[in-house]
Amino acid sequence: MYEFVSGPLVWIAFIVFIGGSLYRIYNMLSISKKEKVVFPHMSLKHSLASLVHWVIPFNNQYMRKRPIFTIVSFAFHICLLIAPIFLLAHVILWDESWNMSWWTIPEAVTDWMTIIVIIGCIFFLYRRLTDPVVKNVTDGSDYLLLAITALPFITGFIAYHQLFAYNTILILHILTGEIMLIAIPFTRLSHMLFFVFTRSYFGSEQGHVKNSKDW
Amino acid sequence: MKPTIVKREPVVDEAMDQCEARLTEEEIEKVINEVIDKETGGRLWTYINTCIHCGLCAEACHWYLSNDRDVSFAPVTKIKDTLWVMLEKKGKVDAAFIKRCSQISHTECNACRRCGMYCPFGIDIAYMILVVRRICAKLGMVPLYLQDTVHSHAATMNQMWVKPDEWIDTLQWQEEEAQGYVPSARLPLEKEGAEIMYSVIGPEPKFLAQLLGNITVIMKVAGLDWTMPATAGWDNSNMAMYSGDFEIMARVERLHHETAQRLKVKKIVMGECGHAFRGAEYDGPTWMGWMKPPIPIVHAIAFYYDLIKSGRIKIAKKIEGPITSQYPCNVIRNAGLGSKLRYIMSAVCEDFVDLIPNDRHAFCCNAGGGTINCGPPWKKIRVQSAKLQSENFKRTGAHTIVTPCHNCHSGVEDIVDGYKLGMHVKFFSELLIEAMEIPEHLKPKEE
Repeated sequence: MYEFVSGPLVWIAFIVFIGGSLYRIYNMLSISKKEKVVFPHMSLKHSLASLVHWVIPFNNQYMRKRPIFTIVSFAFHICLLIAPIFLLAHVILWDESWNMSWWTIPEAVTDWMTIIVIIGCIFFLYRRLTDPVVKNVTDGSDYLLLAITALPFITGFIAYHQLFAYNTILILHILTGEIMLIAIPFTRLSHMLFFVFTRSYFGSEQGHVKNSKDW
Repeated sequence: MKPTIVKREPVVDEAMDQCEARLTEEEIEKVINEVIDKETGGRLWTYINTCIHCGLCAEACHWYLSNDRDVSFAPVTKIKDTLWVMLEKKGKVDAAFIKRCSQISHTECNACRRCGMYCPFGIDIAYMILVVRRICAKLGMVPLYLQDTVHSHAATMNQMWVKPDEWIDTLQWQEEEAQGYVPSARLPLEKEGAEIMYSVIGPEPKFLAQLLGNITVIMKVAGLDWTMPATAGWDNSNMAMYSGDFEIMARVERLHHETAQRLKVKKIVMGECGHAFRGAEYDGPTWMGWMKPPIPIVHAIAFYYDLIKSGRIKIAKKIEGPITSQYPCNVIRNAGLGSKLRYIMSAVCEDFVDLIPNDRHAFCCNAGGGTINCGPPWKKIRVQSAKLQSENFKRTGAHTIVTPCHNCHSGVEDIVDGYKLGMHVKFFSELLIEAMEIPEHLKPKEE
């Protein structure tokens, strides 16, 4: 089992993730071409202006109005992206298989980052269960996406601390990580891919076409 | 997903009720899929596939905030209850559902685009609402009064069933009125090659004719070379844009621009109206594939800003007392004229009290987006859902609210009446006429 999830399935997961992402972006761009307004409205300057105001915390009015959400969601997303890439154990695996390596973050830090991701997931789950607006637009798929996101980190945390059943948990960790990679292009986790485009388009339309701003 | 709990008082709208009885499910399915497949593309697809259902848009919406945070008014709920269902069921929905879609999109959303500005992904929810309106309009599911204005556009090319002779009569009458202040003032009709074509919305000749007199005086004092058309094409308003009847919208916008081209003017200056600017500057040209208007469009706010800033119009006496101004969504959030509005307000008012929130973050008057044109059946909920903005007005302590937009003017009047604010509602030009200096040589001579 370990050989399978850490061998062929890794290949499949990365191929589906990268290939799927490229396909989805290509698909988005080609159906956007059908709409005559999309590309003529785009402007690099206003896309960047919009991104700068929305990827830096508290750099727009709405984020300042919701400090807790802003802090949690930024901490969550930063840790979610950074921790897996610069985790020592992951880099060692890359080194062993491909002889390539890069910087790593101290394990104590990535451990905390994992905890932050898990806390973030709990926060989002809490909102889904209690905030009336969010609750009303939540269905099974939203919980599933949350589970797909949380599980690699929960199993990773357990495996790192070797809390119990190390071998089983490790297999589960790899498996859930692969599921997440595969899920990104084909579920609404694809906001990871599309965020830049939706943000750029709205920023361009507001700035370039409508002479206003979107922050 | 569980259905949204919706509590509304029953509203009788004859056109919608009759349409509900007439529609067949085959027709509904066909139209929904036609619009989704042929008229939408990357934007709708990406928005639907990117929305993570976080609900952050709710805090942006005055409908939601004014109705004690009733979730059925939240922007994301409005999409859930319309497009999500249509897409999930591939158009297999019934007539009652389409009626509810029209209620949501025509009567409970102003397409003010504030929620788009508050979405972390920049998802343009108002655009999706317009897609819903488009589907409803193609099925004939449009509130009675709104559809009546669309019929008027189609039949007369103006919004208010103004007949050609009435139009010319009204202009000549207002020219005479203006000559009471400035005897040499003229309202030039059909002057080919003038620098400016001035266009207004249907309600101006219909029941706000004094505004035409005002602009005649202002143009004379500023010494501008201007004209108005004597033919159809004078009306820059466009309710078809808001009903979802984009074919008629395009006819109206095309005629407006072609009239300006026939008169060989250098620019079109339009009266104080927000949606008219949106239609002429953006929605019309993009639908027709022009992308940009062939002749530049100048909104009244920018026009008055230029006149005051350049000194063509001088202010003799500023208006006393605290005065505030509504920020019309279509020319502020969606056209960036906020700082110019503050400039002209400060120029003519002694004590300009700004709204909080202001500029592009200001809330809608709740009349825009065609909502007020849905008429009396929908008025109660509309005024009730402007509670938040009524509180914002009240806090300013102003004696007058200036509305540089016709929709805002009517909407704010309803707010002032409904919440007993005891404030006056005026157009900016009404303030300007009071405050501006009329040079000695233009004044009437004493007999």
